[in-house]
Amino acid sequence: MSTFFKLEVKDTDLLSCIQSFLQSLLSSGKMDALLVPGHLPMNNNVMPTLISDPEHLNHADPLAPSFPVNAAKIASRLTRQPSGQTIGLVLRPCEIRAFVELIKLKQGTLDDIVLISLDCLGAYTNKDYAAFSKDDPIGATKAFVEHVLDQKQSEKDLMAPACRVCEYPVSGQADIRIGLYGMEWKNQIAVETGTTKGEDVLEALSLEKITEPSARKQVVEKLISERISLRDKMFEETSQATSSIEKLSSYLSRCVNCYNCRVACPVCYCRECVFVTDVFDHDPYQYLKWARHKGEIKMPTDTIFFHLTRMAHIGLTCVGCGQCSNACPNDIPLMELFRTTAHNVQKAFEYEPGRQVEEPIPLSVFEVEEYEDVVGIARHSG
Amino acid sequence: METFEPTIVGFFCNWCTYTAADLAGTSRLSYPPNIKIIRMMCTGMVDPKYIIKALLEGADGVLISGCHPGDCHYINGNYKARRRVKLLKTILDQFGFEEERVRLTWIGASDGIQLSETINQVVEQVKALGPVETKTGMVI
Repeated sequence: MSTFFKLEVKDTDLLSCIQSFLQSLLSSGKMDALLVPGHLPMNNNVMPTLISDPEHLNHADPLAPSFPVNAAKIASRLTRQPSGQTIGLVLRPCEIRAFVELIKLKQGTLDDIVLISLDCLGAYTNKDYAAFSKDDPIGATKAFVEHVLDQKQSEKDLMAPACRVCEYPVSGQADIRIGLYGMEWKNQIAVETGTTKGEDVLEALSLEKITEPSARKQVVEKLISERISLRDKMFEETSQATSSIEKLSSYLSRCVNCYNCRVACPVCYCRECVFVTDVFDHDPYQYLKWARHKGEIKMPTDTIFFHLTRMAHIGLTCVGCGQCSNACPNDIPLMELFRTTAHNVQKAFEYEPGRQVEEPIPLSVFEVEEYEDVVGIARHSG
Repeated sequence: METFEPTIVGFFCNWCTYTAADLAGTSRLSYPPNIKIIRMMCTGMVDPKYIIKALLEGADGVLISGCHPGDCHYINGNYKARRRVKLLKTILDQFGFEEERVRLTWIGASDGIQLSETINQVVEQVKALGPVETKTGMVI
């Protein structure tokens, strides 16, 4: 049973309220540092920052619609070996879900970590955020919060495609959840304990206990069901657009094999990807042989091979954060493609990435009797 | 018109199905030359990449075959292979590869007759499907 505590919002300034809450967390002695998105002093760009001095939290901004990297990889970097210190990680729900997958893959741990998550308001692509926040980054965050929480219609909704179809706006795994949906956010918001670890931290802060804001559950449920119907429509359209190798080739035809999608992907965790090893460092005669054999080959080669292999590698663990699309220099809608495939394979194995640390990734275990449908040469489909 | 002769790539486990192929040979059983057999130490080491690559390079079908459940020389490699094939079949289905193009079977070392029959059936099924799309069109 989770407990709710009140955080008062003064002068409708939600950002200051969250900053001072984070300051109280860091000053409480319960943690030694906080990883939180913040405006960099030189140009106000938002990046994850590791803060040990509570004073520096005055430019933290976890509300900004900026999502330059999926910080699950940073969380993994911070927890690969014991540091002897406690770190609070302020992450989006998709970052926590990706981090949970990385923990299963032995790329990190929850020891000495406090997971803190805000209800996710979504984000813009890097390009859109840069244009949106150019003149007044703090004002931009404010306008964005009003736009989402008050459902104000602006001329153009810049929300990134991945966020539009995300059915996880509220983290199920965080130790501490800062609630924003279904609250009187201009006056007060509620912070909620997710685990006993979070309870331990929040109890020490002498905050006022309140009951769960009445509207919250309904608002969140409605949001999720709207997102799911958009998501399913996206799956349908993407499946149609990629239903053959010719169509898939057309979908990916702008790909230049830069592998940025793989670098940006939080769950693509191999230290050395096979696609940048000698395996794919073919000799010139090899290319010429292929060209002679087929009459024509596209250079660089192995584009579809790369993407299909990546689907096999991360299909089960894909959390749909959309960083692949964000990183693509040629604006290929990769999130749509990878989420569609991921949805199919996750359904096939009845697996939901990021749900629980204890739940093994399907390819890491097996049962003696299972999946007889893929064995043998009888026809299964009608 | 020339009849279509499919190319099937076989990934056979050294201990069971490859041995069955040997037995089929010494027993003078025949199977179609459409299958190009690659000997693996275990079906558990058949990386999904190998199957994807084969299909993209114009193999009309892939047959992965190893020891029966419980008989794996490495205790559980075939169970792992089964999950990987399940995963890969789900992915390939989305892009229009028919289910008959990727097959997983268990054929023990003494099943020379079954091996010959299986290969015959696989070739027939794939022949009925026609050439794989990657053979006729450009793959980027």
